[in-house]
Amino acid sequence: MSVLVYINGVHGIGKNAFEAVTYGKKLGDVTVVTNGNVDDAALAKLGEYGASKILVDKSLNNADDQQLTKMIENAANQTGASTIVFVHDHIAKNVAPRLSVRLKAGLVSGAIALPDGDGTIKVNVFSGKAFGSVKVNTAKKIISLLPNSIQPENNGGSAAVESFSANAGDTKVKVLATKQPEGDIPLPEADLVVSAGRGLKGPENWGIVEDLAKALGAATACSRPVSDADWRPHHEHVGQTGIAIRPNLYIAAGISGAIQHLAGVNGSKTIVVINTDPEAPFFKAADYGVVGDAFEVLPRLTEAVKKFKASH
Amino acid sequence: MKILVGISKSPDTTSKIAFTDNSTKFDENGVQYIVNPYDEWYALVRALELKETLGGTVTIVTVGAAADEAVIRKALAIGADEAVRIDADPKDAYYTAVQIAEYAKEKGFDLILTGKETINYNGSQVAGMIAESLDMPFVSLATKLDVNGSTLKLEKEYLGGIQEVEVGLPAVVSCAKGMAEQRIPNMRGIMAARTKPLTVIPAAQVDELISFTGYTMPPAKSAVKMISPDNMDELVSLLHNEAKVI
Repeated sequence: MSVLVYINGVHGIGKNAFEAVTYGKKLGDVTVVTNGNVDDAALAKLGEYGASKILVDKSLNNADDQQLTKMIENAANQTGASTIVFVHDHIAKNVAPRLSVRLKAGLVSGAIALPDGDGTIKVNVFSGKAFGSVKVNTAKKIISLLPNSIQPENNGGSAAVESFSANAGDTKVKVLATKQPEGDIPLPEADLVVSAGRGLKGPENWGIVEDLAKALGAATACSRPVSDADWRPHHEHVGQTGIAIRPNLYIAAGISGAIQHLAGVNGSKTIVVINTDPEAPFFKAADYGVVGDAFEVLPRLTEAVKKFKASH
Repeated sequence: MKILVGISKSPDTTSKIAFTDNSTKFDENGVQYIVNPYDEWYALVRALELKETLGGTVTIVTVGAAADEAVIRKALAIGADEAVRIDADPKDAYYTAVQIAEYAKEKGFDLILTGKETINYNGSQVAGMIAESLDMPFVSLATKLDVNGSTLKLEKEYLGGIQEVEVGLPAVVSCAKGMAEQRIPNMRGIMAARTKPLTVIPAAQVDELISFTGYTMPPAKSAVKMISPDNMDELVSLLHNEAKVI
């Protein structure tokens, strides 16, 4: 079976791209289509994870949703792909629904696993409170894979990189500026996340959260009241009305664990909860709990992590 | 400005999530339905703000059964001018989007807004599918939207950051947090909503591209292991040796 994986190369090739290629490889022969001024060495890396061919349009940088849709449609027609895989990020949310209509291909949004024996694919529903099994009724399928849902597998393969002309038409949505936090780890793809809530009492106290995140190499996140009060930017808000994440480790300090917050994080592999209130509901969802004051516990944990890192 | 807002019903955020019919159907027993928060708080309220400053109309559209009219009246109470209910079960995102596109085409809407996703299916599919069906540009996950003549200036969530974009009208936009502040309907709004026009139109013949065949609940967590706040070395060691996450 021919599988097409769309990777956005504008901001470099990251872990989520390797996950999507690994996923595609389990389904069939993978061609990657990508755009953006990305160097060949980074593209070749996709071959190690199972891509056999890479089609790249380096001239298409600030492409809009309609242009990317046309590019992927053209690549799908050229390769005869019956399954198209996306990383379920902001770009997929912009493009995959359009492509679904264009190709009349059923779209599985937020897939968290490979297809089951009966061909259905598991997705998160009810904001992470349950899983649904999706059956695609069309011959062509589009699967948008939630980050951190599959372990990337480097098989040491190699891929031919071919330049590809997207024939994508004019840009209708013009990009004026892109502001991405410098050097930070994007929250949706972070393996380790340190998060804090109202218990931190004010934005000026976030230093102890950032120190721990830095020591671990983790991204930072927050609860809804914290982002509502503008203590932290909206894109750090995890929970039902923020983003849902699936890191390996989620450390929550000063967050009580309302059901809406849990919805955004209960896909995490390991949850550590630090709270002064031993009755905080979050402890019921935690793997490890510490009853204590975040202002004391976080710096101690940071020191312990530093000590651990120094000896490993 | 003529604005269309797509709304969906969703279970109240505190609803207990359970399934019935051999785990193939959402258990609606005791569930309170609300307007999907993204559709209401961000898409609808921003549409009303634009109407208040620029003039025009705000129409809401939903695909649903007669029982969903309570949710529609709530959206009217917040301030929409009129509502359209396409009389069908919203089988999947494609089905829903094509119904809305069929209704909207040739009606001359300048702007079509929806929430970024529903809180029950979280698909983020409908708005983009409406855009493709109507051949309009689409901006997803917008956190800020301003109108300047026939141009929209927006900020949108973009790969852990923010992107500023510009697009000509007509366009489709899905709305995320930051776009507007929630409004509580007042008594006058609730009274007025009773007499606002609610038109029911028949559904078009549309295929279902995907179906949900069953649901499962996440496995129960084993009991939490408590660690002394004085012993963070132990926590680090457990995270390394037992959980194997660092």
